[in-house]
Amino acid sequence: MRELAAAEITEAVRRLCLQGACSLPQDVCQVLKKARDAEDWPPAKQILDTIIDNDDIAAVSSVPVCQDTGMVVAWLRVGQEVHINGDLTAAVDAGVRQAYAQGYLRRSVVSDPLRRRNSGDNCPALLTTELVPGDKVEICLSLKGFGSENMSQLKMLRPSDGRQGVVDFVLNTVKQAGPNPCPPIVVGVGIGGSFDKAAQLAKKALLRDLDAANPDPYYQELEQELLRLINRTGIGPQGLGGRTTALAVMVETFPTHIAGLPCAVNLNCHVSRHMKEVL
Amino acid sequence: MKQPSPPEAAKPRRLNWPLSATELAGLRAGEAVLISGTAYTARDAAHKRLVAALEKGQELPFPIADSLIYYVGPTPAKPGQIIGSAGPTTSYRMDAYTPRLLAAGQRGMIGKGRRSPAVIEAIRQYGAVYFAAIGGAGAKLAQSIAAAEAICYEDLGTESVKRLQLRDFPAIVVIDSQGHDWYDLGPAAYLNRQKTLNAKE
Repeated sequence: MRELAAAEITEAVRRLCLQGACSLPQDVCQVLKKARDAEDWPPAKQILDTIIDNDDIAAVSSVPVCQDTGMVVAWLRVGQEVHINGDLTAAVDAGVRQAYAQGYLRRSVVSDPLRRRNSGDNCPALLTTELVPGDKVEICLSLKGFGSENMSQLKMLRPSDGRQGVVDFVLNTVKQAGPNPCPPIVVGVGIGGSFDKAAQLAKKALLRDLDAANPDPYYQELEQELLRLINRTGIGPQGLGGRTTALAVMVETFPTHIAGLPCAVNLNCHVSRHMKEVL
Repeated sequence: MKQPSPPEAAKPRRLNWPLSATELAGLRAGEAVLISGTAYTARDAAHKRLVAALEKGQELPFPIADSLIYYVGPTPAKPGQIIGSAGPTTSYRMDAYTPRLLAAGQRGMIGKGRRSPAVIEAIRQYGAVYFAAIGGAGAKLAQSIAAAEAICYEDLGTESVKRLQLRDFPAIVVIDSQGHDWYDLGPAAYLNRQKTLNAKE
């Protein structure tokens, strides 16, 4: 049994939050540049230029890329051969608390959904733990902005709706969102499982690198088709017209019941802050 | 409604806020602008208080006549900084309050995202304007803010009302005083051009 101090998890979460708020991951920068080069509508190209310029300024001067430094999504894959010394949930929150204070990041969390008092330290994180074989702890973090989160949707489709039903639902979600989620967006799609599982799959999809396609060729093709269709809507960067409405579509699936076809669409903005570290 | 042409290589127009009624009426949806002058920040919680104050007949914490409100909750400024990252938040959450503030004299808004039919109608009625700034470009937009000072509701933290001095702050006219909405017209202009290109092939 490997021993791991909870303090090491705190330190990793702190480091990843600080790094993620001010500098976008390479995969996002590359996809943005590719999209800018492929965009032939001048006002749209100009917006993509500004976005890329912004990301450079943020990284160079350590200013957050976006003022919505998000609610922290923490997805931990904990090896069964690891024993964590200390309180895991408290350790993750401690990392968030330290990062948001040290990095002058915005505290955007209210500690009660209706009474709405700011928690003051951006805690708690949205923590998911998964038990996996091995003796490592993989920490995936996302600083999730809510302009895009608010435009996400879930629908319990009928099995007879099939693949086309999924395509229509994803497209409708993106069209209804229009300019609100700060396009170009990243689209996470969860298909199958149950009501809650589908939503979780959609969130998990957003933790993937943008250039990492679904390993199943059937779903890889679905991802590509959805991206093609979304980029034909004309919504464009910031919803002001153009080709580049989405940077990537990522699908995650799970077996489901004979009576159901749950489908969740979780949207992310172009400030797709997803980070990973293995301890 | 006549569709304005796409503002392809047009140079952004410089605006010094506050604008006269004639200047406001001259703005067209789709135009790129650089705004200089005073703006006040307010998001959800501050809007709620501002409208509550109006309903009670109380004085507002800043002069609402001809004002420009920027929907932003910036990150805290580091020592030596004027303001932290400061891009727009999604505007529809302010829709419930906006017609009341326009009726009280507000004339401009900077945000991002769609507005309700009631807000568009109020913009038309009062000859106001709705600008969009680029969402997710808060590091760059902060460079166009020359001064920032919290003036009230400081208990709201990031949501306090701040007086900003904008200097060539880049934005796009999305809803003009005639009610044109570039969130409809911009994508339509792009799709139209695509159709023409496809027909030529």
